[in-house]
Amino acid sequence: MGSLKPARKKNRVIPGFGLSMGVTLSMLSLIVMIPLLSIFVVLSDVGPADLWKAISDPQAVAAYKISLLCALAAALVNAVFGTILAWIIVRYRFPGRRILDGLIELPFALPTAVAGIALTTLYADSGWIGRLFAGIGVKIAYTPVGITIALIFIGIPFVVRSIQPVLEKLDGQYEEAATMLGAGLLRTFRRVVFPEIRPALLTGFGLAFARGLGEYGSVIFIAGNIPYKTQIVPLVIMSKLEQFNYGAATSIALVMIVFSFLTLFAINFIQSRLNHAAKGAEN
Amino acid sequence: MGLKRMNGMNGFKELNGLKKRALLSLTLLVAAAPLAACGSNASTTGAAADTQGASADASKPASVEITNVSYDPTRELYEAYNKIFQTHWKEKSGQDVTIVQSHGGSGKQARSVLEGNEADVVTLALEQDVAELEKGGLIEPGWVDEFDKQSSPYTSTIVFLVRKGNPKGIKDWDDIVKPGVEVITPNPKTSGGARWNFLAAWAYAQEHDGSDEAKSTEFIKNLYNNVTVLDTGARGATTTFVENKQGDVLLAWENEAFLSIKEHPDDYEIVTPSISILAQPSVAVVDEIAKKRGTEEVSKEYLQYLYSDEAQKLAGDNYYRPSNPDILSQFSDTFDLDLKLVNIDDDFGGWEAATEKFFADSAIFDQIYQK
Repeated sequence: MGSLKPARKKNRVIPGFGLSMGVTLSMLSLIVMIPLLSIFVVLSDVGPADLWKAISDPQAVAAYKISLLCALAAALVNAVFGTILAWIIVRYRFPGRRILDGLIELPFALPTAVAGIALTTLYADSGWIGRLFAGIGVKIAYTPVGITIALIFIGIPFVVRSIQPVLEKLDGQYEEAATMLGAGLLRTFRRVVFPEIRPALLTGFGLAFARGLGEYGSVIFIAGNIPYKTQIVPLVIMSKLEQFNYGAATSIALVMIVFSFLTLFAINFIQSRLNHAAKGAEN
Repeated sequence: MGLKRMNGMNGFKELNGLKKRALLSLTLLVAAAPLAACGSNASTTGAAADTQGASADASKPASVEITNVSYDPTRELYEAYNKIFQTHWKEKSGQDVTIVQSHGGSGKQARSVLEGNEADVVTLALEQDVAELEKGGLIEPGWVDEFDKQSSPYTSTIVFLVRKGNPKGIKDWDDIVKPGVEVITPNPKTSGGARWNFLAAWAYAQEHDGSDEAKSTEFIKNLYNNVTVLDTGARGATTTFVENKQGDVLLAWENEAFLSIKEHPDDYEIVTPSISILAQPSVAVVDEIAKKRGTEEVSKEYLQYLYSDEAQKLAGDNYYRPSNPDILSQFSDTFDLDLKLVNIDDDFGGWEAATEKFFADSAIFDQIYQK
């Protein structure tokens, strides 16, 4: 009797809230919070006028635009392409499926500089792929298109790996039921499959976008790094550091943090609105 | 999701406050323990280094290790130099010396030392990068005069590397600002080498425009408008030009250009312009670190020996211009010794003034990109 009671009361098989919370807080502070706070410590030495001068510098503003647009374009491509990729890996059986599945993580495993150099070699107008495009007058490497390609490369695993588990759990019977109730292919996808994968898709999109904003290693080789044209924000930060201008570098880093935060906030907001709407529809 | 969170809250309430706090602080302690251990560890090695230093004064230990933090293109030079220095130091002091080499962009390397990379000596591309270490309190003021020739045991200059046969007919600086010529050079804001490129071009413009600043700025603007890829470092620019076949001309360190020719003798040739700049890489003992590690003596000798005839010849063999004029003249077949060279102190008023004028934020380099 006595031994049954607490077990029923606690609802948890594995106890230890205090312990796990303690570990969580310690790890988070050591690895995430304190380094992030150090940004504000450095910024405390930068006056508001200098802060504004650094973040409103026309070169930096041009770089925000390039970084945002390229990351956005890459995340959108990844959202579409990643969904299709996750779909074929989950839904079809074909030779080499497992290899394909394993390849998805490669962009995570590969050092970004290696990826950048390889992509540049391929997409430069003397490279295998770049040569084909150069023939029709399209330059890929050293243009914003090149930047976007590098960002697609590093962002694809986020989308695929977010959607995959959801698709795996999604019972094929729903689609069968939808078909039997007279829904066409497109309608089945739009009304049955898509609402299920949407939260995961949004998460994957958000992660790929946020990663794209901050990516340096792979982009730096394929971007031409020309100010106002192909210079990304992380490079602007690096060039401030090279000039030992820690204040200005940190100011621009702050802008990036705000961008990333707003993105993640917006995605959560959209998600909750959509969930709300979905619930409203059910009622 | 909502349900799970509720359960969590119940669990939270159930835990006795005191117990919870005890557990929390315990885990914090556990997490902090290895950190504390790390801290004490670091200080022990520091102490060990100190004692080693002390014993070095009394009776030298059998071996000593120094770290040379250098920039990208010196890799081959120091590989060869370290061998002859090891022999020299063994003869001189009876000690075996191990030299740890580190290479990278000059500014990045300086920053790594500033942020805790323990270098006994630095051999960087720019005097300014060493000056940053002085500002950071690691190197004592007056280091420029510690060694001969303003602590530049070898120099180089900026030349053009063009594709074999020189299809665009590039002979001098005014040829590379012409429309349709694609130029590859790194970004002077991120690369030490690129600052020399910029200043060499400026020197040409000044000479031809009778020191008219507006005209020179226009010249530089046209030059950078022809730049199609602005890499972050000198090695990156060489890769872009040589491996990815971008551009018609690479503005390169003379020694880098010779290395490219050596590797691809059929693909490239060097064009020496009418005027260029004397690039003076700087060397210095990082006093604070050498003191702490007890390596002052060997570090100083390491840099001093760069001026020996043997080392000067080695510099020449690695396509650096030896600072000893007698030995430089032995390399007249390799280098164009008639090239007119301006230098940073006499023609630009030193690095600080040059940086202020050209490379600081919103200075001339930033202006040429503004629309």
